[in-house]
Amino acid sequence: MSGKTLYDKIWDAHLVAEQDGEAILYIDLHLIHEVTTPQAFAGLRADKRRVRRPDRTLAVADHNIPTEGQALGVGAVADEEARLQLQTLERNVADYGIAFFPMGDIRNGIVHVVGPEQGRTQPGMTIVCGDSHTSTHGAFGALAHGIGTSEVEHVLATQTLRAKKAKNMRVTINGTPAPGVGAKDFALAVIGEIGTAGGTGYVIEYAGEAVRALSMEGRMTLCNLTIEGGARAGLVAPDQTTFAYLMGRAAAPKAGAWDMALSYWKTLITDEDARFDREVVLDAADIAPLVTWGTSPEDVVAVTGVAPSPDQASTPDKKAAVERALDYMGLTAGQPVTEARVDVVFIGSCTNSRIEDLRSAAAIIEGRKVADHVRAMVVPGSGLVKAQAEEEGLDAIFIAAGFDWREPGCSMCLGMNPDRLAPGERCASTSNRNFEGRQGRGGRTHLMSPAMAAAAAVAGHIVDVRTFLPTGTPG
Amino acid sequence: MKAFTRLDARAVPLQIANIDTDQIIPKQFLKTVEREGLSKGLFYDFRFDPEGREKPDFILNRPEYQGAGVLVAGDNFGCGSSREHAPWALLDFGISCVISTSFADIFYNNCFQNGLLPVVLKPEDVSTLMDEAKGGNHMVSIDLEARTVTSPSGRTFTFEIDAQRRTKMLKGLDAIGETLTAAADIDVYEARRALDQPWLERT
Repeated sequence: MSGKTLYDKIWDAHLVAEQDGEAILYIDLHLIHEVTTPQAFAGLRADKRRVRRPDRTLAVADHNIPTEGQALGVGAVADEEARLQLQTLERNVADYGIAFFPMGDIRNGIVHVVGPEQGRTQPGMTIVCGDSHTSTHGAFGALAHGIGTSEVEHVLATQTLRAKKAKNMRVTINGTPAPGVGAKDFALAVIGEIGTAGGTGYVIEYAGEAVRALSMEGRMTLCNLTIEGGARAGLVAPDQTTFAYLMGRAAAPKAGAWDMALSYWKTLITDEDARFDREVVLDAADIAPLVTWGTSPEDVVAVTGVAPSPDQASTPDKKAAVERALDYMGLTAGQPVTEARVDVVFIGSCTNSRIEDLRSAAAIIEGRKVADHVRAMVVPGSGLVKAQAEEEGLDAIFIAAGFDWREPGCSMCLGMNPDRLAPGERCASTSNRNFEGRQGRGGRTHLMSPAMAAAAAVAGHIVDVRTFLPTGTPG
Repeated sequence: MKAFTRLDARAVPLQIANIDTDQIIPKQFLKTVEREGLSKGLFYDFRFDPEGREKPDFILNRPEYQGAGVLVAGDNFGCGSSREHAPWALLDFGISCVISTSFADIFYNNCFQNGLLPVVLKPEDVSTLMDEAKGGNHMVSIDLEARTVTSPSGRTFTFEIDAQRRTKMLKGLDAIGETLTAAADIDVYEARRALDQPWLERT
């Protein structure tokens, strides 16, 4: 009998019972937000059910909040529907005794930034949230994935989820990346390799020296984008980097409990003789700074590359998809991607709005100016990230360069709040989805790293960030 | 949840791969606190121009597909955001079955919570259905008990589906109610874990 993968171990440790061939899996942490919960609470009320573990539930307001004037409170939110949704969340958390960081609280921000930042996210946990980018928390060696609203209601009522076990995939990234290449490029390279549905039915464990060398924030970026390759969850086994990040955080275990937790966390590794259903191996040294050219996250190309030709597609359906994407994006086959002139630069989202992301963008921006025709904005991932950046003077660098320095939230990643693209506008974005209309109807999104987006803001078009780096700069 | 047993309805072919949930229902419709009434947002950017006028060419707007109950779609249907508003919008529009070669995981799961049947068929079978549904006769039959799809021309395709999921769909069972029958197991699990991993009991 072969050994267990990290996923197997976490799964087994949370198995409460099996019913009709389905597992009932215990959930350690349930993160909730305003958009995917109102119907779940309404269902609880209708059936007179309680919230089983309000103490294992944490609420934030992030998806539809404005990124200015947050101190004025929810009552001042101009969008009537958004305001009602935010007020509904406030009422629900009060009625059921759930911890909540309201809009304007320094601890509030994007749910996948807040959980780790508070030390709520810990190795070995099961974590769910009504948001597909819950995969982010896998960076800590936690089994974390998105669920729908009916499942949110199920978790509220039972603190469990009915689930079927997924298959195991391992993505190993060996070697050392070149300067200017980082976690975002790794993630896009993986999606480019396996395709947007390549991970469907799998949980992916990331391994290899290039993954080990990533900071926790880099690992979060990598795991965050796992869902864009179709896998619900990504995992990185916890190590010293993980433990050092967690130590001393508000909700992390303290004193004796820390030692006890640590000895458990150290067991959370894949056994050497464990078998994976699929293995993918990449070399970090082969990865260039990447951008997306099309309307699916798998439409990846090196910044030195060109938009593809429909004629190279392997099937008529794929040919039609390439034609449609080129048309939507306003690009022509064979056009160098660096010719794409950008109108907007967005630095933010649960993928890339943490302090290291802002530092890497600021390093490119410092002493430079945003191109005249570009509207550029930075939306920090949380109030605490914003405060940290301000303490380091990053806000001053961004503002001096011509960036708009905003308040935290999901913002233009999905455009539920007023931050949106106008039809035809082209955006260099550090977010996670380049779908048609994602950032605003008719908007054209190119996904890339914070450093690449910063460079695009200065150049006014997509550009190779490596031309901005002083010689000898580490990635 | 509404049970799904059998469906005889018009099928509408939507030959696009990777239709994501942002396309199924765009962001501006997610600000509701209700489950109902989402059909107005279904495929909004496909159905309506920026001024809100119906696009007559889009297949769902064509007279011959009015009242369609089945959607035949390209690969990897429902990828992207976890929004359950996607199945809610499809159901509210009258579509209670989607046929594709593959579905994204979260969307697939969400379907089963709502009595929307996702059917996975082989690429050649989806292709046949797609072609037939483009013709003059669009009527298909789905029989969940027998696990079959019958095309407009009368060809029958069998599909695989998890046995438990099928049973629940046929009976329209409430997942929460079922899990709560195992409440004692959850109590035992929590009590044991409070001893083994006490740090998880503090917040």
